[in-house]
Parts: sequence; structure tokens; C-alpha cells
Amino acid sequence: MKFSRLARLACLLVLGMPLAACQRNETAASWQLTDISGHMPDLAFQLTNDQGKAVTAADYRGKVALLYFGYTHCPDVCPLTLAHLHVVMQKLGKLAEGTQILFVSVDPQRDTPEALHTYVTAFDPRVVGLTGSPAEIEALTKRYRAAFSREPGKASDSYEVSHSSGIYIFDAGGKARLLATPDDAQDKLVHDLYLLLSAGGTP
Amino acid sequence: MKPGMLLLWLMPLLPPQVQATQADQIKASHAWIRLLPANLPAAGYVTLDNQGSSAATLVSARSAFYASVMLHQSATDTTGSSSMRMLDRLTVPAHGEVSLAPAGYHLMLQEATHPFKPGETIDITLDFADGSHLRVPFSVRPANAPD
Ligand SMILES: [Cu+2]
Repeated sequence: MKFSRLARLACLLVLGMPLAACQRNETAASWQLTDISGHMPDLAFQLTNDQGKAVTAADYRGKVALLYFGYTHCPDVCPLTLAHLHVVMQKLGKLAEGTQILFVSVDPQRDTPEALHTYVTAFDPRVVGLTGSPAEIEALTKRYRAAFSREPGKASDSYEVSHSSGIYIFDAGGKARLLATPDDAQDKLVHDLYLLLSAGGTP
Repeated sequence: MKPGMLLLWLMPLLPPQVQATQADQIKASHAWIRLLPANLPAAGYVTLDNQGSSAATLVSARSAFYASVMLHQSATDTTGSSSMRMLDRLTVPAHGEVSLAPAGYHLMLQEATHPFKPGETIDITLDFADGSHLRVPFSVRPANAPD
């Protein structure tokens, strides 16, 4: 805290830079996750939530949104990510109320709203499961360059889905801000979400 | 009695083989299952510590509680895309350790015979290349259990 005030003072006095520009640099430098501001489009979609209700991104404006692509027949990486996010939410305490985790199924054939509901609620009450038509899902994954593909499994009716493992973070205004990978430490997520949330989504 | 005669008498009492099986060499620890709702496929994790002086190779696994148990590996490619693939075998080097842990090797458990609850223990048998087996108790943990 002391340091940042000093840095701001240095900006004003020594560098003669406008305060706003300086603060921006200061914030950019303090992110621990990958900063994607300006590199990814705003949050936008038309899907069905795990209650069977039609929803759009506008329904989640005002909250910091964590977008993650997965599917319920994914027993290893998807649950690990959701379990991590559960811990992150616990660490954020009351601030977590300002977040919304969006688990978008890339397997809409098997992931009905009911199946998604049972799955996501096993992890954290702040997770919403979203599904839709294959075209709607594809549109969203393409928007964030989160390609996915389906590979046939051993049994004729089984298949595996490969999917992007990143967590896309949007501020309360729906602007893309940060990208977390499953390898990023929980503390980095807590740190950056704390910054986004305590600044009302616009630091 | 001559000393040679004595040895002959004692022969049947000696163990038939000195060589330990691969299963004998393995110490399994931290065995757990991440339980998922609605009979979705689940993952089993375990750390295998080979205390022997030769490699031990896991070739399959089975359980009376699941219709199918497969050896899987999750991997993330350079584009950040994550997928799973099936493995035929997994070798634990001599005096080495291999961990089946989240986002890596895991036992893919499908079609449970009945619904489980966190806190229960489920036996899974690991089969090794030399035909030996190791029965390991796995503790059932909730979906959001930290690793
Ligand atoms: Cu698997």
C-alpha cells in the first residue's frame, strides 16, 4: 500500500505522467495471471442454464465472470479445475458473492440442463452450468479460440472430448481481462480476483 | 548324519522362490477416488512406490465395484487443449515412484455397481506384468475435494 502511494507520487512528480496512465501501468504490472485485456472479445452468448432457462451474457453483468469449458463425462481435469475454483471462492470469502463461475458444456448431446445441474452443484453453489445447441456452443468456443473436438472412444457409443483448459475472466462490465491455466496457482487467482472485485471490476 | 543329508531334509522347508513379485515390491499410498454425481465416470488416484530392485509394470486394474476400470492419462497440448488417452501399461522404475494424480495418470472408473458416499472405502486390484496382483483400498472423497 505504502509502495503504491509512493509509486503514484513518483509518477506525478518525477515522470510527469498523468495519474490515470500511471495507475493503469501499476495495475497491469500487478496482475499475476495472463492479461488479455483488449485481446479477447467481450462476454456474449445465448445459451440455456442448468435450470433449463434461456440466458445471455447480459444476465451475468455486474459480476466478475469466470468462463470455463468442460463436460460432465470428464472425471479428471474438469473436476480438478472446479475443485480449485471452489477453494478460490472460499478464500475470497464474502467477495466471492461478486463472482459467477460459468461452466459451459462442450458436450451438449450428453449434458442436458439437469445433468449439468447435478454436476456443477457438487462443486460450488456459485457455478452455473450452461449448455445449448452444438451451433451455439461452437460459436462461443470460436469466439474465445477455445477449440474442442470429439474423438471416438472404445465402445461404439462412447467418445472423448478434448477441450480448452483455460479459465477466461471477465470484469463486471463483461470485458475480457485475464486468462488462467489449470497450472496457475490458486493464490494467483485469489490475488487477481481480489483486485478485480475490490475495484468493482474496473481497477 | 552327513551335512549334505541334513540339507536334503531341510529343502522342502525353504521358500519355493526368493524372487519377490512385482506386486510385493509396490507400496501403494494416498489412494482415493473423486466421487462424481449421477454415476458419471470417476477418477481414482494412487501413489505407487517401488521398493524393489527391478521395475514393476502395471498392466490393468479392476474392481468389483465398477464395470470398467481403465488406465488413463490426461494431457494438455501446446494450444492449451486438454484430453485423455488410454494407456496399455505404466512402469514404476526400480526404487522409483509413480503418482496417479489429478491432471495426469488416473484410473478411469466407469459404471459403479451402486451409489457410493464420501468416506467409504472401495477396493481396486492392480494387475502387474508378471501376473501378480495388489489389492488397494481407495477412500471415496467428495467431488470438490482438494488434491
Ligand atoms: Cu480418464
